[in-house]
Amino acid sequence: MSVNRELSLYIHFPFCVRKCRYCDFLSGPAEESARGAYLAALEREISLVPEALRTRPVDTVFFGGGTPSLMGQGDLEQLMERLRSVFDIEDQAEISMEVNPGTADLAKLRAFRQCGINRLSIGVQSFHEEELALLGRIHSAEDALRIFHEAREAGFGNLNLDLMSALPGQTFEKWEENLLTACRLRPEHISAYSLIIEEGTPFAEMDLPPLPDEETDRRMYHETGRILETFGLRRYEISNYAREGFACRHNCGYWTGHDYLGLGLGAASCTGNLRYTCVRSLKDYLEAGSWEAFHEEETHLSLEDEMEEFMFLGLRMTKGVRTGAFAERFGRSFASVYGEVSQKHLAQGLLAEEGDRLFLTEKGLDLANYVMSDYILTGASD
Amino acid sequence: MTDRSRECIRNFCIVAHIDHGKSTLADRMIEKTGLLTSREMQDQVLDNMDLERERGITIKSQAVRLIYQAKDGREYTFNLIDTPGHVDFNYEVNRSLAACDGAILVVDATQGIQAQTLANVYLALEQDLDVFPVINKIDLPSAMPDAVKTEIEDVIGIEAEDAPLISAKQGIGIEDVLEAVVEKIPAPQGDPDAPLKALIFDSLYDSYKGVIVFIRLRDGVIRRGSKVRMMATGAVAEVVEVGYFGPGQFIPCEELYAGMVGYFTASIKNIKDTRVGDTVTELERPCAEALPGYKKAQPMVYCGLYPADSARYPDLRDALEKLQLNDASLFFEPETSLALGFGFRCGFLGLLHMEVILQRLEREYDLDLISTSPGVVYKVYKTDGTMIELTNPSNLPDVTLIEHMEEPIVSAEIMVTTEFIGPIMQLCQERRGVYISTEYIEQTRAVLHYDLPLNEIIYDFFDALKSRSRGYASFDYELKGYETSRLVRMDILVNKEPVDALSFIVHADGAYERGRRMCERLKDEIPRQLFDVPIQAAVGGRIIARETIRQLRKDVLAKCYGGDISRKKKLLEKQKEGKRRMQVVGNVEIPKEAFMNVLKLDSGN
Repeated sequence: MSVNRELSLYIHFPFCVRKCRYCDFLSGPAEESARGAYLAALEREISLVPEALRTRPVDTVFFGGGTPSLMGQGDLEQLMERLRSVFDIEDQAEISMEVNPGTADLAKLRAFRQCGINRLSIGVQSFHEEELALLGRIHSAEDALRIFHEAREAGFGNLNLDLMSALPGQTFEKWEENLLTACRLRPEHISAYSLIIEEGTPFAEMDLPPLPDEETDRRMYHETGRILETFGLRRYEISNYAREGFACRHNCGYWTGHDYLGLGLGAASCTGNLRYTCVRSLKDYLEAGSWEAFHEEETHLSLEDEMEEFMFLGLRMTKGVRTGAFAERFGRSFASVYGEVSQKHLAQGLLAEEGDRLFLTEKGLDLANYVMSDYILTGASD
Repeated sequence: MTDRSRECIRNFCIVAHIDHGKSTLADRMIEKTGLLTSREMQDQVLDNMDLERERGITIKSQAVRLIYQAKDGREYTFNLIDTPGHVDFNYEVNRSLAACDGAILVVDATQGIQAQTLANVYLALEQDLDVFPVINKIDLPSAMPDAVKTEIEDVIGIEAEDAPLISAKQGIGIEDVLEAVVEKIPAPQGDPDAPLKALIFDSLYDSYKGVIVFIRLRDGVIRRGSKVRMMATGAVAEVVEVGYFGPGQFIPCEELYAGMVGYFTASIKNIKDTRVGDTVTELERPCAEALPGYKKAQPMVYCGLYPADSARYPDLRDALEKLQLNDASLFFEPETSLALGFGFRCGFLGLLHMEVILQRLEREYDLDLISTSPGVVYKVYKTDGTMIELTNPSNLPDVTLIEHMEEPIVSAEIMVTTEFIGPIMQLCQERRGVYISTEYIEQTRAVLHYDLPLNEIIYDFFDALKSRSRGYASFDYELKGYETSRLVRMDILVNKEPVDALSFIVHADGAYERGRRMCERLKDEIPRQLFDVPIQAAVGGRIIARETIRQLRKDVLAKCYGGDISRKKKLLEKQKEGKRRMQVVGNVEIPKEAFMNVLKLDSGN
């Protein structure tokens, strides 16, 4: 692999005002002092990045969390400066940040823009107050509308709205209203996720209103595609929709085998055939003094692992995978590895092909796991 | 050899109801006779197999030779033949008893006579054995030795006044038992100079020595080099080794003579040459007539056995062949199921026998098995005047060709304390039992006599009996005969295709309930497919119950970013692993576990 291949950076900020009830990310509320100590450790981690990774041009940066918009503008300035001093961040790089509508105002957004952030992903989730309350969000629907307008005013020309469907008690009509409200703001991008209730979250324990049945869930999903299309937002991944040219470059990297380096607590990295994560214990993170001490769970991907990931990540995108690209990357014909399973799913109407592109059909998107699991070559690893 | 030495041999067994302490007493006797040091003693020396130890039952008859210095100053040779206590193994009990001259009857001082106590004592008395009782567990606070003695005299009709009072567990009274063996069990009869006449009471296959033949000599002598003939099979062999039974091992010796119990090997490769119950005699100087032998046990319960991994079919066949070498009552023949592939129809003496074999196959041969619902042997009388014995429901002729069907009925004796008579009668009623009589043993205990269809007790009758009597009821049965019955075959259809492995014969009145239950369970066990899948229960083409597995409409993870990839991949790997274990029936992918779980649940009701 060429040393000059581009690299993506993910920066994790694990703090938030209050943990949402559905959230299973590595995050939680913290004192000002803890945040300071964390940022200091993060800077230390950045200073320890090995030479081989520093020399690669960085084409995307993504600040995720937690709630990275909780960072003070001075903190962010210093962090960006640190990153620029270590990495060669391209002029045209996409630099995204997740924003909670309850944590920013016009001045802060202007400062973020000033630091070089050029894309905001706004965590709206819903425009219905009772749904926001149920989710445990700290903001109102009005906050979300306000922050969107302020972001425009601050000069952001690339905005995403995060929405969640299939919430407990949600009707199709309520979801439709959420979508239409979002669309009328004319964002460049919408991420619309069907709620997953994860083990260990309060949602998994709570006595919730009934979840929409499978039929309603699928109707929500299918109509989302049609409604957003009329507003010029086209589905490009299972849960992501964008105007032409505004697909999130950073996220697309995950699905197309782009190298990424994760910095911050629990952040995942994959460079070449090496996968590793930052330590997940805050204590260990704050105390780490070497690049090795910052990391754990290092695994080498085998050729088979890489082929599997090429398929199940690539198929998440509506353009699918190119069988020619597969052959080029792995030196084996696509048909010799995956010919049989692909034929099966083509015959069942779960996959379709155009030229050398193989992609999930609308029905295939509903049953993506069913299809993708057939592209696993090895047995269960544990 | 002299009469005097024969007078010092005692061949006997111990009979008891399950858990009354038979194996523990055997262990203590082995200990007391000094063949083993305490360190060498495993808890229950006679129970060789792990499974036996775990379940506390003795499955396979074994024998052990003990040397005992009696109070009369003489040294006695005891041959203790171990017998299984459970009703399924009556056949093995019988053949063990045939090698004995007497029996020790162990009765629990806290429980008194139980169903299997009676069954086993009657078997021993039928063989003309001298039986003497010992009262065990006298160390327990609830022991009532005097009451139990009276009960033995009243119910069985054998002398119990001077029965040794013992605690096998605590080692109390063991000496008394050993002395009683000397006094109360007769020395074997027989003429060592007469032509060889020995009963084969068991055999074991050993991959080095060939078949090891367990014999009880009535007359004559057998030694290395003897040329022998099995009178029934006609097989001829030259003896390579003779010996006796040490605890858990074979100990070679010079010769065995009239009255002795031991074994011989003769490089016999085929276990069928040494049929249990056959008589061994000399080739050159045969005895005039064979010993009476005993009738072969007929399998009463059948089921299909399939390897979960079809590639292991040959392994299953090898394993069954090996087990059959040591268990002549196990029957098997190849069969093919559309749903489960290649397997075997197997016959067992009873449900416990079946469970024991299944577990041995899984543990000792590391096989993952799917077993179909156990069934009994039905007699199907056809309109053309012929009769077939049906062991596989799939072979049932078309209903228009059936004149009538008969099912096996057993005579059951259920011993129960009087407070539970009501619930037990109700249970028998539910299982289509026909009440015969109630017999009071004492004020608080009675024996209920019922005729019950065998197919009603091969499922969970034992468990139900225990739970409805809080463990106080005991049960024994013997085949009474066949009776006409309204039987039907229930077919289970998945996506309109009958699944042969799930078919079973059931009484018409119970068909709906079981069909309904099977459909409900299958619905839970079969994963959703890309289309709606009907699950139906049918009797003679008429659908009597139905469930629908709704098509799979959503199987997708909404989010997958950098940090999610490893977890997501594990999920897909698991899903893929699941698919590998699917069997396609009627275009529907069914995990093999589904068959296993449904069939297991069906039997566990």
